[in-house]
Amino acid sequence: MPPLAERQGAFAAALLDPRWSMPPECIDPSGRPDMRRFAVYRNNVASSLIEALEAAYPVVRRLVGEEYFRAVAGLHALADPPRSPIMLHYGKGFPEFLARFEPLSSHPYLGDVARIERAWIEAYHAAEAEPLQPEAFASIPAHRVADLHFTLHPSMRLVRSVFPALTIWHANRLEQSPSPLDLDSGGQEALIARPAAEVEVRLVPPDGALFLQRLARGDSLAEAAAAATAVSESFDLTQHLAALLESGLITGARLRRRRPTSARKRSLACR
Amino acid sequence: MRERSNSLRRDAGTGSSPDTLRARAGVGLKPAHYQRILESRPDVGFFEVHAENYMGEGGPPHRYLSEIRCHYALSLHGVGLSIGAARPLDREHLLRLAALVRRYQPALVSEHLAWSSHGATFLNDLLPVPYTAETLGLVCGHIDQVQETLGRQLLLENPSTYVAFAESDWSETGFIAEVARRCGCALLLDVNNVHVSCTNQGWDPQRYLDEFPLSPVREIHLAGHASDADAADRPLLIDSHDREVCDTVWGLYARVIGDFGPIPTLIEWDQCLPAWETLHGQALRAEALMNDSASIRERVRATAG
Repeated sequence: MPPLAERQGAFAAALLDPRWSMPPECIDPSGRPDMRRFAVYRNNVASSLIEALEAAYPVVRRLVGEEYFRAVAGLHALADPPRSPIMLHYGKGFPEFLARFEPLSSHPYLGDVARIERAWIEAYHAAEAEPLQPEAFASIPAHRVADLHFTLHPSMRLVRSVFPALTIWHANRLEQSPSPLDLDSGGQEALIARPAAEVEVRLVPPDGALFLQRLARGDSLAEAAAAATAVSESFDLTQHLAALLESGLITGARLRRRRPTSARKRSLACR
Repeated sequence: MRERSNSLRRDAGTGSSPDTLRARAGVGLKPAHYQRILESRPDVGFFEVHAENYMGEGGPPHRYLSEIRCHYALSLHGVGLSIGAARPLDREHLLRLAALVRRYQPALVSEHLAWSSHGATFLNDLLPVPYTAETLGLVCGHIDQVQETLGRQLLLENPSTYVAFAESDWSETGFIAEVARRCGCALLLDVNNVHVSCTNQGWDPQRYLDEFPLSPVREIHLAGHASDADAADRPLLIDSHDREVCDTVWGLYARVIGDFGPIPTLIEWDQCLPAWETLHGQALRAEALMNDSASIRERVRATAG
């Protein structure tokens, strides 16, 4: 008999792929192989993975219908089974799978709606971080404010869509009859974050989204503002910065080249 | 008793300490019941959570669990260590479990006699192991490693199974008794699993309980199951955790606590979650049976004395 590791490998392969036959050493009380018994494990694995995707993507499920969702989720589960025992994280590849899934190509916004749902789950489980208080800026000389680099809240996610994905997400979130879709109403940028107790989802203008995206990747305030101004001349830095501070999404700030050393400035150190 | 912050020393509304697990009934903690539990502080012996559900970095699950932990004893039930897999334990996962144990100071930490990972893939089900010398060696090695890393005793749960392995040369109860003896681990006796496995494998549940080592048992699980049939039309029970505990399982449970006395008992209900009152009602029924058994044992002792 092959070693146990090899037999477990064959068992695992047969669970995920029905083209593999069940391991012959799995028997019933009379000592005979019984496919229906092995099928219980197959069903358990498939339905538990489908249920995990159902829990993570309730809006997509509502949009495509329960039966269709289970079928697509089942295909995804076989193609991309979990790699970690932490099932909270399962389903990261599902938005991309949906976006590329040929039979759903007439619903091209589904991938973006799924990305919003994924961002929501990630924000829900993300690490905690204390928002930076506006008083912390008192120690920064006015002429250096533009050189600040921010640490943004670890829960923050941006989802950009050429479709009104956020409107679709909102309309289908609750158990009410969804409003008709107007796919030509333009693209949307969604900001998803959990700066306080609960996940918050909101629409941001394209320049505001770019500003956040640049700050998130480590650009200074001046660099991020310049990028936002390049796409929108009316970009109002003061207003966007105030809104960002108020939202609690800034959790740290520092001047890159001259690291803060004084006790007062240390309070601004990156968390 | 480990050192603990004052916030965890506050007593439950029930008057019992949230740090010790008395022989009472608990229920699985579900997000749908977080608010209800914090608002009404029901008189429940303890709560149990799946460790992996609290392995996110932050967010509402940790916030609620921390608050509930202030008022109730906790049991941490792992479903992802894959103790029966023929490969080294996932060290990172074990360290995550250790961090969770440090953070929440549970009264009990349990895992399954099963495997669920192969290669890089996590299969998200509790898969059966053959009862052989090879499996015994690897399971014992893994439990030793877990107990050493956590610095505490692990409870190992008996499985529910749908197939047997032709190569098994130990009985399930003999295998479990030997693991407990070699590793010095404790046991979690899932009475529903006893009923499910005995039905599916054609074993006598009374004999199973005769042979099961009760002295290392620190916790009992009770749950509901679904009924199906195998290819030969024999009954095949599915461990579904989606309904009330059946009368047969209540009967087996009464026998166990009649033989051994009250043991902390968990109602497991993971699918088709009912209203809180129904779930709590199952726990109250388990407590009533524990009280009956305690008073009968008391009378027997008095008569014998």
